[in-house]
Amino acid sequence: MLSKKNLKLLIDPINKNNPITVQVLGICSALAVTVKMKPAFVMALSVIFVVGISNFIISLLRNGIPKRIRIIVQLVVIASLVIIVDQFLKAYVFDVSKQLSVFVGLIITNCIVMGRLEAFAMANSPGKSFLDGIGNGAGYGAILIIVSFFRELFGSGTIWNYRVVPQSWYEAGYSNNGLMILPPMALIIVGIIIWVQRSKNRDLIEKN
Amino acid sequence: MDKNSNKYIFIYSVAMVVIVALVLTSISVFLQPKQKKNIDLEKKRNILSAIKIEYDKNDVEKVFDEYIIEMFVINTEGERIEGINPLEINLKDQLKDSPENQKWPIYIASMPNGEKSYIFSFYGTGLWGPIWGYVALKEDFNTVTGAYFDHKSETPGLGAEIATENFQMKFTGKTIFNENGEFVSIDVRKGGVGNDIHAVDAISGGTITSTGLKNMLHSCFSAYLKFIEKNKN
Amino acid sequence: MENLLNIFVKSIFIDNMIFAYFLGMCSYLAVSKTVKTSFGLGIAVVFVLTITVPVDYLIEKYMLKPGALTWLSPEFADVDLSFLSFIIFIAVIASMVQIVEMVVEKFSPSLYSSLGIFLPLIAVNCAILGGSLFMSEREYANVAEATVFGLGSGIGWLLAIVGIAAIREKIKYSDIPAPLRGIGITFIITGLMGLAFMGFMGIKL
Repeated sequence: MLSKKNLKLLIDPINKNNPITVQVLGICSALAVTVKMKPAFVMALSVIFVVGISNFIISLLRNGIPKRIRIIVQLVVIASLVIIVDQFLKAYVFDVSKQLSVFVGLIITNCIVMGRLEAFAMANSPGKSFLDGIGNGAGYGAILIIVSFFRELFGSGTIWNYRVVPQSWYEAGYSNNGLMILPPMALIIVGIIIWVQRSKNRDLIEKN
Repeated sequence: MDKNSNKYIFIYSVAMVVIVALVLTSISVFLQPKQKKNIDLEKKRNILSAIKIEYDKNDVEKVFDEYIIEMFVINTEGERIEGINPLEINLKDQLKDSPENQKWPIYIASMPNGEKSYIFSFYGTGLWGPIWGYVALKEDFNTVTGAYFDHKSETPGLGAEIATENFQMKFTGKTIFNENGEFVSIDVRKGGVGNDIHAVDAISGGTITSTGLKNMLHSCFSAYLKFIEKNKN
Repeated sequence: MENLLNIFVKSIFIDNMIFAYFLGMCSYLAVSKTVKTSFGLGIAVVFVLTITVPVDYLIEKYMLKPGALTWLSPEFADVDLSFLSFIIFIAVIASMVQIVEMVVEKFSPSLYSSLGIFLPLIAVNCAILGGSLFMSEREYANVAEATVFGLGSGIGWLLAIVGIAAIREKIKYSDIPAPLRGIGITFIITGLMGLAFMGFMGIKL
């Protein structure tokens, strides 16, 4: 079912063409929800859903959309999908939706979504666009989950709310790194991820 | 038809708006009952926390129904108003109303030791945003059995401490009336509290939040005062 | 008055759009190569936020909130349109940006030539929609508070982007490990700036 070319659409954005670390899109809303893994995971799923489906819909409509109101049509599709996600989160995972608060709404202005619609969905078939959307959403989600893994592990001593740092360590004088919970650490961790990724993948290095 | 003509654009936008409106409205109508229930559940959890009843995440409803034997709404004159579900009362909206129109919820719990406990609802402002909570009084309508507070955006580590159990524990056993039977509420102040049974220690570094909490306790207890005095003796 | 000052200071330093919430990061990273352009974009953000936040506040208050439509007719007391807020906010922002652009072009061509190119960029800047969503979540009491919040958030964003642009201008000449060059080091510096801004946390007015 997945030809090599299609698979590439799906896999590339996760590493070589990652929307955050390589294309530098869409850092906006999401880093604020990386203190714990669970909200980060829910956020990642929501973004994958919105990018995938909106890519699909816009690609279906691409021949009928009047040029002059193109951006508005895209915004309306994205905003409606985000509202749907928000309503479902409120109904089925209320606790997480409270933690995500306004950041669900901010998926609307996440540059990845708009960027993929403009760059890919307007020129490709629905099936391909859908895969491209899922791939980009997943690349984005991967970064969120890596960042939240480190922040939760060092900041709270837990992973997915399960305590992994044993109580005896605390008794021996270990303490959680409160700095990890503060927002600036998310940026520094992303910086380090970029560092690691680019030292492995030398052709991504900027000349500057 | 020419896709860039005004007519086409107009028809296209109208169709888009209608479809989007239909889809969104039906989803919202479909999910609203579930969302309402979540909000109710959270209130129930907070109320149970105020009387220090342990509950499992999955059977909040059951535990709530087991312990809360009665709930109703009163006005500031202390009279019961029938026909309103106390869980649906939003204190923020009530406080905007004039005092004679305000409605206040009361929950009565039957505690494990057989005593009754009266739970009152609170809402006020801290430093950065709203704070709220529940305080439970014993049958004597004087001694605090337990308290629960929460906040929207107080400073972490400072004002936000009001939401911690350590801080809330300090309220247990305090009284809101002095020996002469006058209403004094519970003070939240810095230092020198010692054995004062009408005051708790404020949070160091969270002065404005503490003052907000104190004002909230005083003003909301005052709204309940007529009811409390009627039932006290 | 004290309250307004509080909101103002808090929105600039403590709830800084960039350092505390990472809002508007895309344009923050893309446009912060020189101080001059980043200052232009910063001013445009201040401008647009100061206009859109109060406008969205009024729309929310008189159209979207539960019972907000009672001014039309008391029958609408049960209508709750708040689920539409995302779509309405973004529509308002997009059209306000358009209107601002036209007005500025008409009345102040010189301002337009310096701000103009940035305005279209701003409609999809997360900081702008973020401003409106935070306004709605924090439930400001009146238009004045909402306006002050919009202005403060804008200024906070301006400070952040001008600060990082100044550092990036200097850092061009430093010997940074190759894989970290460009975007990587910018992230880390932003994080360090954010840590410095955390020093404002204890501020009380």
